[in-house]
Amino acid sequence: MDKLIQDLKVQIIAQLNLQDVKPEDIGDDQPLFVEGLGLDSIDALELIVLLQQQYKIKLSNAEDGPKVFQSVKTMAEYITQHQPQNS
Amino acid sequence: MKLYIRATGNISPQKTFGHPAFLADPVEHSGNRLNCIEPDYKTIIDIKLIRRMSRIIKMGVAAAMECLQEAAIAVPDAIVTGTAYGCLEDTGVFLTKMVEQKEELLAPTAFIQSTHNTVGAQIALMLHCNGYNNVFVHRGFSFESALLDAMMLLNEGEAGNVLVGGIDEITNASHTILSRFGLYKNEPGSNLQLFEKNSKGTIAGEGAAFFLLSGQPVQNDCVTLDALSTFYKPVDDDETISHIESFLSAYSISAADIDLVITGRNGDLKTDSVYDQVMQSVFADKESVNFKHLCGEYPTAVSFALWMAANIIKSGILPTVLNSNGAAVKQIKKILIYNHSQNIHHSLLLVSAC
Amino acid sequence: MNAPVFIAGIGAISAIGNNAAECLTALENGEAGMGEMRYLHSMHGKTLPVAEVKLSNEALAQRLGLAAVISRTAMLSLMAAKEALEDAAIPDWKSLRTGLISATTVGGMDRTELFYEDFLADHTKGKLRDVVHHECGYISELVADELGIRNYVSTISTACSSSANSIFYGARMIKNNLLDVVVAGGTDALTKFTVNGFNTLMILDHEFCKPFDENRRGLNLGEGAGYVVLVSERVAASLKNVPGCRLSGYCNANDAYHQTASSPEGTGSYLAMKGALEKAGLQITDIDYINLHGTGTQNNDIAEGTAIMRLFDPLFPKMSSTKSFTGHTLGASGGLEAVFSVLAIREKMIYPNLRLQTPMNDMPFVPETSLVKNAAVNHVLSNSFGFGGNCSSLIFSKT
Repeated sequence: MDKLIQDLKVQIIAQLNLQDVKPEDIGDDQPLFVEGLGLDSIDALELIVLLQQQYKIKLSNAEDGPKVFQSVKTMAEYITQHQPQNS
Repeated sequence: MKLYIRATGNISPQKTFGHPAFLADPVEHSGNRLNCIEPDYKTIIDIKLIRRMSRIIKMGVAAAMECLQEAAIAVPDAIVTGTAYGCLEDTGVFLTKMVEQKEELLAPTAFIQSTHNTVGAQIALMLHCNGYNNVFVHRGFSFESALLDAMMLLNEGEAGNVLVGGIDEITNASHTILSRFGLYKNEPGSNLQLFEKNSKGTIAGEGAAFFLLSGQPVQNDCVTLDALSTFYKPVDDDETISHIESFLSAYSISAADIDLVITGRNGDLKTDSVYDQVMQSVFADKESVNFKHLCGEYPTAVSFALWMAANIIKSGILPTVLNSNGAAVKQIKKILIYNHSQNIHHSLLLVSAC
Repeated sequence: MNAPVFIAGIGAISAIGNNAAECLTALENGEAGMGEMRYLHSMHGKTLPVAEVKLSNEALAQRLGLAAVISRTAMLSLMAAKEALEDAAIPDWKSLRTGLISATTVGGMDRTELFYEDFLADHTKGKLRDVVHHECGYISELVADELGIRNYVSTISTACSSSANSIFYGARMIKNNLLDVVVAGGTDALTKFTVNGFNTLMILDHEFCKPFDENRRGLNLGEGAGYVVLVSERVAASLKNVPGCRLSGYCNANDAYHQTASSPEGTGSYLAMKGALEKAGLQITDIDYINLHGTGTQNNDIAEGTAIMRLFDPLFPKMSSTKSFTGHTLGASGGLEAVFSVLAIREKMIYPNLRLQTPMNDMPFVPETSLVKNAAVNHVLSNSFGFGGNCSSLIFSKT
């Protein structure tokens, strides 16, 4: 889980072009949206693409986004639960 | 109605941003592609916003912000932009991914940023400007249409001031494609010697130039935009000359009243010939200068010319890099800009000192 | 500056008809134009319903008498603009100051995306004729040149409000005494670029859209073109058929909230509608019909609905979204819906909002679900709200 969380932080920074943010700046439980990193609805869509590209997980309902993307930790938990077996 | 050019902001292939001395230190480019001299955007635009902005959006936003700062206006009443090519970089990114990934796993940002109204919309968003916002995308008339819209808004009393801009960019892909149409010189040499070449083709340019136009003057206002006229696909040079003469007559001015003509010669032997015809017939013995050796050729290049005209009047200086054709340099109070794009889109702008 | 501007002619092509009369018949009969993708070839052809014009590129070129296929965007534009000019039947219009103000979001992208497939693999490849008309302005010039319009040509691109803006820009040019006649409107063809672009935003319905329904799931992309011919009072007086309608109000405002989402209060929409009413000198009770922007997305419909509530509550006029018929035609929607608004006045008709089963919980009004005939339609408010916060509203009034 720790490695996944670390990897996710690097991937999020790359996918969202967060130029001035380093992985160690993002807390595991830090809110990603509205407060914390202050991401918005377009970023949520980008994270949906990230899930698919990196982890082969399809979030077909955009409304699940806020729950799944609440923090890096909730993202990691979701990935662990839903990742296809043959990855 | 007299319209005042209160302020300008310009990012171009010359040192025009950040209030340097007016064209005192010309930048030489070799090759047939003149790229803009850009500031460090991180010092101008909030870093949280920059991450999504492609180059053209940063150029437009920065030039607009410099213009508004100079005008001491926080939020304009209206924002009108002109761009012929739109946001090419993001368009290219999305298209490329769409083709390479066979329409799968595509990300939204490049698509959202590719729409032509992105620059104008981004400015409105940053300033929380709920006012009139329009975008013209008509080739060599994009900036002129935006200017006309602004002029009408001011005449109608719908706005007290309008932020107007002309923006276009070059990308690797766009330059490659446009080059295949044979538009550019194969052996361009230095841009500063553009008009000594006597050959086919021109050099590509890009830029973002913004203006704050107002219907009511304030103390420091010293430049007015008096008239604008465009004409489309004249059948021959005689028709062009006829349009220009009608324009002068419509605004009750004679060639004698004009102190300086800025022409849009771009170094292409074929398309520059009409400028010779016009200068010889309508403006014989008139002082004239060019501008496209400085900014290159692009559909909204006339916005660079307008920036130049406003600054010539404001500063009282005619920079030596303009290689004036030798007529006596007296105080320049009235400038006519005559530009055409591929002999299809012709425009005339009259700029005066207050 | 207050000189009236009349609508002398209309022209339209969409998924529900190849001309204005056919579109009207479909609107009357409740026949929507969505279906499986037939003419565009995309990976999403089987999963995303779209509302295509029921003519192939070859068929369009043939009808227009063109030697070869050009950008679909241009051909759709030419079909509708030509129809509008013929409908206006202005005697000797070439002797008048005539302009074309068009609008589009895709331009020649339908052909550029074909070019790009070859170009990406090898930069010397790809047919230049597929990319020569890429620019939005070029599409308008293809049409202006075919029609013989030379005095003034321009093009607007403000996402989904594009052709609403081109219509009132044209009207203002007449009011400012710069032109006498303006063919104004817009066009957009369905392209892989837009299908994929909107798909990344996850706002496309995988079923037929249901605007203003509580359970709506998004929009269906459409294509088409719609133009009106605007004329000055003097030209109107010279016409055999007295124009039955004029453009009485218009307003352009910016939401300035987010790049793609509308503000929850519907600020831009509210300001645009309010401004149009003020321009027309009308009260909210004067509006007989609102042609909603009504795309069917969660966000647009609640924002637009909220704005309508703020402005009209409790005196709501009848309203409907004709995107339930034509899909969202993006740059053409303002122009197409302007034509539908003019027809509503002429035919005394209010169109139904198709597939509305459960009214929105938060809204105290319900759009019309059946066709209303013999209605008193004197003033129609037409909304067009786009990405980038670009919001425009037009008001058409019976003369």
